[in-house]
Amino acid sequence: MSDVALGAGGTIPPAEVEDVELYHPKSWVTKYVFCQDAKVIALQYSATALAIGLVALVLSWLMRLQLAFPGQFSFIQPADYYQYITMHGMIMVIYLLTALFLGGFGNYLIPLMLGARDMVFPYVNMLSYWVYLLAVLVLAAGFFVPGGPTGAGWTLYPPQAILSGTPGTDWGIITMLASLILFIIGFTMGGLNYVVTVLQGRTRGMTLMRMPLTVWGIFTATVMALLAFPALFAACVMMLLDRLLGTSFFMPAIVAMGQPLNYGGGSPILWQHLFWFFGHPEVYIVALPAFGIVSDLISTHARKNIFGYRMMVWAIVGIGALSFIVWAHHMYISGMNPRFGFFFATTTLIIAVPTAIKVYNWVLTLWRGDIHLTVPMLFALAFIVTFVNGGLTGLFLGNVVVDVPLSATMFVVAHFHMVMGIAPILVVFGGIYHWYPKVTGRMLNDVMGKFHFWVTFLGAYAIFFPMHYLGLMGVPRRYYELGDAAFVPPSAATLNIFMTVAALFVGFAQLVFLFNLIWSLFKGNAAGPNPWHATTLEWQTPTTPPPHGNWGKQLPVVYRWAYDYSVPGAKQDFIPQNQPPAASLAT
Amino acid sequence: MVIALILALVAIGSVAFHLFNPWWLTPIASNWNYIDATIAITFWITGVVFTAVVLFMAYCVFRYRHRAGQKAAYEPENKRLEWWLAIVTGVGVAAMLAPGLFVWSRFVTVPQDATEVEVVGQQWLWSFRLPGKSGLLGTSDASYVAAENPLGLNPNDPRNRDNIVITGDDLHLPVGKTVKILMRSVDVIHDFYVPEFRAKMDLMPGLETRFWFTPEKTGTFEILCAGFCGIGHPQMRGNVVVESEADYRGWLQKQQTFAQLSAQKVMKDHLADARIGPEKGEE
Repeated sequence: MSDVALGAGGTIPPAEVEDVELYHPKSWVTKYVFCQDAKVIALQYSATALAIGLVALVLSWLMRLQLAFPGQFSFIQPADYYQYITMHGMIMVIYLLTALFLGGFGNYLIPLMLGARDMVFPYVNMLSYWVYLLAVLVLAAGFFVPGGPTGAGWTLYPPQAILSGTPGTDWGIITMLASLILFIIGFTMGGLNYVVTVLQGRTRGMTLMRMPLTVWGIFTATVMALLAFPALFAACVMMLLDRLLGTSFFMPAIVAMGQPLNYGGGSPILWQHLFWFFGHPEVYIVALPAFGIVSDLISTHARKNIFGYRMMVWAIVGIGALSFIVWAHHMYISGMNPRFGFFFATTTLIIAVPTAIKVYNWVLTLWRGDIHLTVPMLFALAFIVTFVNGGLTGLFLGNVVVDVPLSATMFVVAHFHMVMGIAPILVVFGGIYHWYPKVTGRMLNDVMGKFHFWVTFLGAYAIFFPMHYLGLMGVPRRYYELGDAAFVPPSAATLNIFMTVAALFVGFAQLVFLFNLIWSLFKGNAAGPNPWHATTLEWQTPTTPPPHGNWGKQLPVVYRWAYDYSVPGAKQDFIPQNQPPAASLAT
Repeated sequence: MVIALILALVAIGSVAFHLFNPWWLTPIASNWNYIDATIAITFWITGVVFTAVVLFMAYCVFRYRHRAGQKAAYEPENKRLEWWLAIVTGVGVAAMLAPGLFVWSRFVTVPQDATEVEVVGQQWLWSFRLPGKSGLLGTSDASYVAAENPLGLNPNDPRNRDNIVITGDDLHLPVGKTVKILMRSVDVIHDFYVPEFRAKMDLMPGLETRFWFTPEKTGTFEILCAGFCGIGHPQMRGNVVVESEADYRGWLQKQQTFAQLSAQKVMKDHLADARIGPEKGEE
């Protein structure tokens, strides 16, 4: 094949990747278990992440029960409560959201959206999942070891994380650190795959600036994760050494329960720097894939091109870069040199500008659109509300002096749940409703979907919006029970009960969602190849669900960007990316 | 349709909740009105943005919802609009950051005339140390911590002798007098937090941290620990009593110095040893 004229987009190189027979799996085990197909790996990642996510959901019910009815449940002792919050936080941030967005959505969508047959290193990709599964199992083993899982809070701050006043310092902290180390090893294998596939595996005509924003989001998040996770890796190894071999990386000379310990010379604040050098980019590692996916959901279901595509790409890249120089805004009151506050407050508030641009562009995509209120679109709209809300409260916490009274209160809990809990999870749901038809060939049930949406959106908002005001009043986070505090009126207890009831309803709605996932697999309406009339390549596969190798004999050729919706003069209100220029015009 | 209505209700309801809910900042009792003012500015700006964005979304969903014959506009970019929005956002951000940094520069600049008070954290109680007549706090280290010396003061440092040590009791402060709080922890991270004072700071083992404020209202204010410090974290409470200069002087008279406490402890142990004999061992 020689060069094909591309109009404004340049030329297409002649390379062609053959579908090689040898490469296909030969047995049941290599097809469904030790499988190298990125799509199967994606489902394995997603199923594992959702399974451990269910554990985190149950933990959240338990901690909400304790907060609403302190001391009423004999099975929730202080040690249990701290173990719940620690495991809930770590599972949600790392083992659910990071794994689901990158390992789940990333694996499924990157090759399909780029017109590749698979990830570039399928074997390493398979290993990535199995190491991730091992990390999850080691994490879950923490529930069964003597003393139970660590209760150090998900930030695992030393010295308390390894001292006896904290639950789970015998075994729990060791399984936690070991699990994190495994997770990072597994992620690195997957992450290198995603990056190299985006850079090297795109089909002909798929220039970087034609990639769907989903891929841009996942790609940038992966690059960030590859740069950020090593800091956590090193920190985990150092803490393991402090715990097991008695080194003092994070341990100054201290006493525990009146007895001097054999530590000295280390710095607990070093852990905080390493943790947040990972931890802040981590927020965006979760957020950027959500940004990308929601852009595509809004564009597709509003039948309108994403507004300001180039600005959206640069905003993603800009946010990714900036997020590496804001970490110490988590440490304003840690006792680090307070003059750092000037720098980190400034960088943190600057990051609001590209983030705001993304919000404007989502809303401006709706403006003058043809908005189909499908379930994915509903979740996308709810994402914007919760993300704007949580993003704006970030301006309180980023602005150093405002952070001083609010840090370590329920305001922080409300903020980060809204912005990196609820908002990205709404996108996860939107994404699942959107791509489930491609994965299974069937639509998810609409009635159950709408029920799930309304309860989740309004319920989650009802939990976390009022929670800010408890924090504003001064209620600290990580309190097993507040007890008597003169500055807290009794009405706060009523509010806590209200939030717990809302949380139980939201939790119940997730069970409906899980039921829907299984029920629709058998009873859902047939979807056809492209039920949403979307432009991107994954909807143009010759068969649905796509087989191993994705494209049959011939790889698709890309002629246009991902957002040709409602193009004036076109026959339909969408033009697939692989449709040649002549074919799209009205005849 | 329904979603457009609900979105509008979420925007309006959030504003109404903000205005009418009974939970708000505690009445301030320190000089940090500036912090409250910055919070107010931030609420105004972010509140306007939130309401505007969500209401505009609700309008778009209502106005441009799919109906037969509806067709979306095709407008890939609008550079002018995008730049305008970016600039307006930048101005809004600057309007929050500028006062924030201004107040922060005050926060990090401790007034010369501030009197020093040391707060020491340990699992799970608060202790305090005040300078004596000499006005100086002596040196300390976690390695000196012992039953008779819970704060780990250096027994060989003569400046420690007249330091006033308060364990298991409230901290008193004279109203209207600027204090510089110096903080140490002998075990894990704690955080000295009095909601009415607004200012708070971690107690970081291995470091001495600090912040300053001026108590401006008399009364008793609860100290909470805001740095997760293990099982007893919620029980780590104490009180700051802010009172008139005269009352403060009276209270101060009754407190004991490090030298007195050490002498008493030695005496008590001596008596106990004499009574029970050597089996009792060290306590």
